[in-house]
Amino acid sequence: MLQKIYDWIDERVDVTPIWRDIADHEVPEHVNPAHHFSAFVYCFGGLTFFVVVIQILSGMFLTMYYVPDIENAWKSVYYLQTEVAHGQIVRGMHHWGASVVIVMLLLHTLRVFFQGAYKKPRELNWMVGVLLFFVMLGLGFTGYLLPWDNKAYFATQVGLEIAQQVPFIGDELKVLLAGDENIVGAQTLTRFFAIHVFFLPAILFALLAVHFILIRRQGISGPL
Amino acid sequence: MKRGKGMKFVGDSRISAEKTSYYPKDYSEYPGRTEAFWPNFLLKEWLAGSVFLVGFLTLTLAHPSPLEGMADPTNASYIPLPDWYFLFLYELLKYEFASGDFILIGILGIPGLAFGALLLAPFLDNGPGRKPRQRPIAVSMMLLALASVVWLTYESASAVDWESRAEANKPIPESDVTIDVDHPGYAVYEASCMSCHGGELEGSAAAPSLIGIEYSAEEIADIAVNGLGAMPAGLFTGSDEELQQLAEFIVSVNESAE
Repeated sequence: MLQKIYDWIDERVDVTPIWRDIADHEVPEHVNPAHHFSAFVYCFGGLTFFVVVIQILSGMFLTMYYVPDIENAWKSVYYLQTEVAHGQIVRGMHHWGASVVIVMLLLHTLRVFFQGAYKKPRELNWMVGVLLFFVMLGLGFTGYLLPWDNKAYFATQVGLEIAQQVPFIGDELKVLLAGDENIVGAQTLTRFFAIHVFFLPAILFALLAVHFILIRRQGISGPL
Repeated sequence: MKRGKGMKFVGDSRISAEKTSYYPKDYSEYPGRTEAFWPNFLLKEWLAGSVFLVGFLTLTLAHPSPLEGMADPTNASYIPLPDWYFLFLYELLKYEFASGDFILIGILGIPGLAFGALLLAPFLDNGPGRKPRQRPIAVSMMLLALASVVWLTYESASAVDWESRAEANKPIPESDVTIDVDHPGYAVYEASCMSCHGGELEGSAAAPSLIGIEYSAEEIADIAVNGLGAMPAGLFTGSDEELQQLAEFIVSVNESAE
């Protein structure tokens, strides 16, 4: 029955080559921890992606309770933290995942760097990876404000003051992020929420897609 | 027939009607003990991921994510701190050569140089050799940058007393209590208790909150007279009738808060 459904779809859409492209490739010996234990360093990239998936899923569930306005943002987080069943765990996963993903990203970057794996022909994928790092830092910066507690508020205020000191575009940059020249408030929170939940994840997905397509296309770098 | 005339399609699509069976790739061109990604290697990755997930969930359960009190823009004494992975940038701005007149060096110059070099690493380090020993400049620059980041983060984090910081900024839920100022016990409360326990029974540095306590009116009257813990005896000075009113007032506020 399942085979028939698959054949029916395959006849019309020809999915076999697509899925063979994803799944049907060999894993060389030098990246396989079963043969060389030191090859566990090749896990860092995959684990980074794993934490990103955790972040996406836990973040989706957080938005079911989170209210992005200054009256209710903190209250909704407090409610989630203290009253909602498993709310503390879901928020905990998102909170700790934000730190763990930076750690894994750093390890992955260092693995690629010290192995010189970014050399020709993989220059483009390295640059996409560094852009992913920047996007991730942006997600960390914008997500930090959302609980709307004191540390969030004052850290963001400092961050925006730093952005304002950029020559030529500083003031515009600050208004773009904060929504106002002087006030860090209601507008800032909604803007950071939109950036954190829509803008940056959209960029993240696009860059991740490029990152993975390039890996499949070029294959993993050879042994040193 | 892969292309050209004579090809048959499914309907008016571009999908070939002739099924060619798909042969797995021949791995013989790759040296060493290769392994199929699907399903062999993926299963191992799955196991590694499971172990990682257990560790991650243990961390999550052992340390609930912190939440401080609701943002109060009028709080002038709060010392801001970014999340730990921005601490090195924050610490950098405390150096003389990266602050004040030289602030642009701190916010753009040094980080721009470091992250710009990271972005363009393949073009700066464009020799053919991949081994670290074959590219001493790139590797030593990275080690230097890494050491600086670790050092700056350590300098920044070690100067902070994290425990007392967390203690001082505990979240206090906004109370829904309604204080009935016409209650006869309110005047008694105002005279004897308010200076320490606060105008809305919320407590202060000197005394705990009186909301959410599980004492009966008799017990509250007893504590008001005889004290409890750090609270000395004899703080209440009034008649027995006033004591009764006070206890009833505190109980009524507690009931309204539930």
